[in-house]
Amino acid sequence: MMTGWRTLLYKEVLRFWKVGFQTVAAPVLTAMLYLLIFGHVLEDHVKVYDSIRYTAFLVPGLVMMSVLQNAFANSSSSLIQSKIMGNLVFLLLTPLSHWSWFVAYVGSSIVRGLVVGTGVLLAAVWFTPLGFAAPLWIIVFAVLGAALMGALGLIAGLWAEKFDQLAAFQNFVIVPMTFLSGVFYSIHSLPAFWQNASHLNPFFYMTDGFRYGFFGVSDTSPWLSLGIVASALATVSVLAIHLLRTGYKIRS
Amino acid sequence: MSAISFQSVSKRYASPRGPAGATFMALDNVQLDIEEGEFFGLLGPNGAGKTTMINILAGLTRATSGHVTVLGSDVQSDYAKARRKLGIVPQELVFDPFFNVREALRFQSGYFGIAKNEAWIDELLDSLGLADKAGANMRQLSGGMKRRMLVAQALVHKPPVIVLDEPTAGVDVVLRQTLWHFVSKLNKQGHTVLLTTHYLEEAEALCGRIAMLKTGRIVALDRTSALLKAASGNVLRFKTEGVLPPALAARARVTGTVVQLPAHNALEIEQYLAAVRESGLVVEDVEMRKADLEDVFIDIMSKAAAPNSIEQATP
Repeated sequence: MMTGWRTLLYKEVLRFWKVGFQTVAAPVLTAMLYLLIFGHVLEDHVKVYDSIRYTAFLVPGLVMMSVLQNAFANSSSSLIQSKIMGNLVFLLLTPLSHWSWFVAYVGSSIVRGLVVGTGVLLAAVWFTPLGFAAPLWIIVFAVLGAALMGALGLIAGLWAEKFDQLAAFQNFVIVPMTFLSGVFYSIHSLPAFWQNASHLNPFFYMTDGFRYGFFGVSDTSPWLSLGIVASALATVSVLAIHLLRTGYKIRS
Repeated sequence: MSAISFQSVSKRYASPRGPAGATFMALDNVQLDIEEGEFFGLLGPNGAGKTTMINILAGLTRATSGHVTVLGSDVQSDYAKARRKLGIVPQELVFDPFFNVREALRFQSGYFGIAKNEAWIDELLDSLGLADKAGANMRQLSGGMKRRMLVAQALVHKPPVIVLDEPTAGVDVVLRQTLWHFVSKLNKQGHTVLLTTHYLEEAEALCGRIAMLKTGRIVALDRTSALLKAASGNVLRFKTEGVLPPALAARARVTGTVVQLPAHNALEIEQYLAAVRESGLVVEDVEMRKADLEDVFIDIMSKAAAPNSIEQATP
């Protein structure tokens, strides 16, 4: 049923767009503050790759961080709000299948992630020139990363019963994992133990692969990153679709 | 083919009270067939299982055992078809604060696969007195308007079967009239209507057939006229400030100073009056009236034995 999922996708995109000041402008501003402060303080002190200035190194990380966090926020906050307001019933009464729900919620998360990411990128190129060594990798990692986080947000939104549970998930899982994914540094600058630990963080591969698209250099092979991100997306998607199909916490 | 069919439907929940593993029987082997074109009333006190039945019909809750079909489509195994035939007006006054009235109706149409639905949306808005609110955000609507909006959202896909779960709870007289006028019109056009309500005079006026539910069981199921006929027939009604003698108190329905007693025949009326005289009770405004659905309801509810609703889980 084409119209069904397309309507839900459109509604979910319109939902965040209507409050764009909060869902798009605010995260762009936050990323710019990171860029100005970290870029200013560390520009002359940190050298990551030989030919790349620190500010330039920082931009793809900040863009990816914004993509990931906003993709997660979109599906999770939409679901929890609908659950708490009770208006999820309007969807539950429709013939929409679990596939339609998945495509629409994850799809709108990808759109939000890419809109915010593009905003951060456009604002950042004012401050620092950037190369686009392999643009296809940029797009592939942005879309896959946003999809993975949209699906994860869907699971968190289904699971959480209160806003503070969702906030805990965001503050204790999503934010630390994005910050520790090499947004602000190359993991080669870390002690051996933390280098190894970083390799267990799937967020690292999203950021690293994305950065490869800009500079053509990265901490690990983009193909390895692609494989790991795609596998993580597949795993999370299977779980999300299973929860939707069984009506986890939304049908009793 | 039945419009709605409940076949041996039971629903068991984990009991919030009682020992661990205890279960609560919300619905106990419910068997009910509602025919196409009926205006059917489902009545019962709070907690009787009315909303559980509607939630199972809607696919919001799964039955522990049994099957439910809407015009032949199973609500679980063939849910997409069943939900297309079903329009449900939920009891809770819920709305999506991000959108205006027309947007909400367009989205709801889209979910049912209808891309262009403007003519019917306009007709719904007109019929429900919401035409001048089409561009208003849902947050700006009054409670009554939100209630009408729930009806509009349930009807965007022109479902042949309409379910109204206490649609007039906390709603003013004018809106109730508008709503019943509209729903009766739909019923005359051939839509099947299932209504739950606590306003028994509404059920008496509108429903051709009625089922009464108590602690998860159907305790009465008949034509409204037959239920009224089978009841006491008359009611003796008077006002008193005094205390009723025990013989009367046991049978009376007392609302403030108003006392109502079911009277099957002249002898019974005589006995009531004699008891009043002997007790020296001062009464005024004595009158006889025909029994209404409320009398029938109270009579049936007091006679139907409550089953043992908390059960131990078998180990």
